[in-house]
Amino acid sequence: MTEILRIENLQKRFGGLVATDNVTLDVHTGEIHALIGPNGAGKSTLINQLCGELRQDAGVIHLAGRDISHMPAPERVDLGLGRTFQVTSLLEDFTVVENVGLAVQARDGGNFRIFDRVSGRSSIWEEAGHLLAGSLLDDRRDARVADLSHGEKKQLELVMALATQPRLLLLDEPMAGLGHLESQQMIDTLNGLRGEISMLLVEHDMEAVFALADRISVLVYGQIIMTGTADEVRNDPRVREAYLGTEDA
Amino acid sequence: MRKLILPVLLIAIFALMPLIAELVGKNALMTLSARILMYAMAAASLNLILGYGGMVSFGHAAYFGVGAYVVGILYSHWMSEVPVFGLFPGSNQLLVTLPIAMIVSGLAALLIGALSLRTGGVQFIMITLAFAQMIFFLFVSLTAYGGEDGIIIRRANEVPGLNMRDKTTVYYVILVVAVLYFAWMWRVVNSSFGQVLKGIRQNERRMEAMGVATYRYKLYAFVLAGTGAGLAGALMANFLRFTSPDMMHWTKSGEMIIMVILGGLGTFFGPILGAAAFLILEFYLADWTEHWQLALGLILLVVVLFTKGGIMGVIARLKGGRE
Repeated sequence: MTEILRIENLQKRFGGLVATDNVTLDVHTGEIHALIGPNGAGKSTLINQLCGELRQDAGVIHLAGRDISHMPAPERVDLGLGRTFQVTSLLEDFTVVENVGLAVQARDGGNFRIFDRVSGRSSIWEEAGHLLAGSLLDDRRDARVADLSHGEKKQLELVMALATQPRLLLLDEPMAGLGHLESQQMIDTLNGLRGEISMLLVEHDMEAVFALADRISVLVYGQIIMTGTADEVRNDPRVREAYLGTEDA
Repeated sequence: MRKLILPVLLIAIFALMPLIAELVGKNALMTLSARILMYAMAAASLNLILGYGGMVSFGHAAYFGVGAYVVGILYSHWMSEVPVFGLFPGSNQLLVTLPIAMIVSGLAALLIGALSLRTGGVQFIMITLAFAQMIFFLFVSLTAYGGEDGIIIRRANEVPGLNMRDKTTVYYVILVVAVLYFAWMWRVVNSSFGQVLKGIRQNERRMEAMGVATYRYKLYAFVLAGTGAGLAGALMANFLRFTSPDMMHWTKSGEMIIMVILGGLGTFFGPILGAAAFLILEFYLADWTEHWQLALGLILLVVVLFTKGGIMGVIARLKGGRE
């Protein structure tokens, strides 16, 4: 089985705090790999190192066999690394279709052109329309993002990440703040992408994790304490301890 | 077609201004109108980075001044017949001096932008101001080109077939250049690049996550803005037949920012209306009291506090648009 992502001995310190402690992890091609752990375990720090916003102190990151450890964030995107943000991070003044259109345009290139008309680049708008037609935002395409509900923004996060045609998608808590129905819709959407796109899913919602993940890694105090299937994780005493605390605590 | 009302109206007003000035017997009106056109160009170029790109550059007058000095220096070398840097001859041809002014001010913007854009926020404001002040003092100390006194340009640059000694002709040349410049600006803000720039203003982090190396795009915008200010400055040197370090003083950079905010940040017509409002207020308030800046400050305060988006914001709400 080939690996789309391989992380070896990744380390990151903030002063005395070891946020990422010798993390070694891989994501198989086509797999949904969940990363869980209590608050403050270093999940977001890890995601930010993977996408290039934070620079690791030591260790290596391979994407589809290429060393991307020292690559700036935009170049990693070109190689097929997509991400969604935990706190939605969108273009609030633009409409939904303008957001998706810009994501397509960013991938498509030709963005130093000053004499064309962006509204005339029909391939962009066709693709944006196509992406939206396959989402729950189809009837909201002309709404301003600032006017969207939280759940709609979460969906848009995902559509924009897909617009860059990633091979590996880093999902930073896509269910955070969603109601039960919205979570279910998000789970269905992600399930629909299974096999097409490999995913590293950071999530607190255990129902979603168990519904989606092929494998689960557990991060505690910056360390991966185990990787396994849903059942293995559920029955592991170390995981229980990390989440529930020891008996005498 | 409704979109064309404002531009056609503006062009008509500016085109008729020399006639109006003559009718009411107030030549100063034509001068005022010309200044509005040139400052509108400078403010529009600043608006590209400040309004569309979200970069608060506090040194935009530097490029304006550099453009003016290119005209002044080329003129003085043309007069003295001494080659510039011993390399190439001076010129008094507008069709030569304007492009050179744009190139030189664009190069200045490239240099300053390449360094400044590595910072952000307040640091960016301060570093652009610092660079502009460096250029200001450079020209103050350039005694070969008049130092603090600047360069007097005896005659406006020539254009084949036109009598550039006639003030009205110069006015119409300025108008034509301004119309061409704004047509070009319209294309830029609606281009692929313009869309990316608007995205960077809204959320730079998101743009990086979509694979856009934002630094390059911001630098490109910075250079385009520099060439625009240089063009406006080159026209100003021709219009005033004079150039001095005062044109690049930091207070001029501040005035350009005020014009952009007054007119409406990130709106196409905002800088034109902002420049017009600023210069007309200055014109009449200065007539009325020497403390005109106090009154202007109060008006600016009211605009910032109550209009939400300057003059263009008010117009949008009067038309009953969204928000």
